[in-house]
Amino acid sequence: MQGGQILQRLRDRFGGAVVDTHEHRGDATLVVDRGTLVDALRFCRDEPTLGFDVLMDLTAVDYQRYPGREDGPRFDVVYHLYSLAQNHRVRVKVRVDEDDAAVPTAVDLWPIANWFEREVWDMFGVHFSGHPDLRRLLMYEEFVGHALRKDYPINRRQPLIGPKQ
Amino acid sequence: MGVGSFFTSKLDEAIGWARKYSIFQYPFVTACCGMEYMATACSHYDIDRFGAGLPRFSPRQADVLFVVGTISQKMAPVLKRIYDQMTEPKWVVAFGVCTCTGGFYDNYATVQGIDTIIPVDVYIPGCPPRPESVIDGLMKLQDKIATQTQRF
Ligand code: SF4
Repeated sequence: MQGGQILQRLRDRFGGAVVDTHEHRGDATLVVDRGTLVDALRFCRDEPTLGFDVLMDLTAVDYQRYPGREDGPRFDVVYHLYSLAQNHRVRVKVRVDEDDAAVPTAVDLWPIANWFEREVWDMFGVHFSGHPDLRRLLMYEEFVGHALRKDYPINRRQPLIGPKQ
Repeated sequence: MGVGSFFTSKLDEAIGWARKYSIFQYPFVTACCGMEYMATACSHYDIDRFGAGLPRFSPRQADVLFVVGTISQKMAPVLKRIYDQMTEPKWVVAFGVCTCTGGFYDNYATVQGIDTIIPVDVYIPGCPPRPESVIDGLMKLQDKIATQTQRF
């Protein structure tokens, strides 16, 4: 399916829960309401004409200093889906505020989401409710804060051993 | 010069000469510099000429710790432990700018120079250093080993 058809299918199905859709140079993006996220992802996976059986990537973006987004919502959590059978892709985004940075987990849909979500938690501090084991993935337990947030100071170090800089 | 100090200085020289040609390295390889380390260690550049041809993959059998590649803050305690496990006499070579200063990884994850954790004898800059620089660093280390006061 073409990107436009995929988006049309999702708009027909989820109507008001779709915040925004856009297509740019063949990349189709769906922005969906947080309450509908899991349903939308499950529909993407299980609907035969969509058949998104692979979660290629799950990441987040911090828009704290992005022109036009300074007043929030601060984070986008981004899902990249791919269908092996159909050879097509879609990007699903959900917007979350800083005070309530939590998204329902997708581990039940794609087990690979387990580590992706741990990474997003580690780097951005977005919580995934229902995740079976939401620990840091890359940084060490003692690390304070979330390194890829825009307000994490670029030269702040938290050495485990050696001089505290 | 007294007879006693004559003999100890000659003994020092003899031990230094022996030690500088029996460098058993422990390659602590974490990143891209490892490729250049392997290139240097293979037959084309032949570091066996300097008596450094045999890496030991146990720190307890090694004399020289080659720290090759980026050291993250998470890795730092491991590196320190490896260093502590080596027996005296021991030396450390910082291989590549990442180990010398952190290189261009001026960020939350990277140790800004391994000399903040363990003492370093020779710094080999470059990203990665060419084999010629590595051999130059190795020869500088040999000079250092040969001329230092030997403890045994
Ligand atoms: S100095 Fe350059 S080549 Fe060596 S580990 Fe660092 S980035 Fe890689």
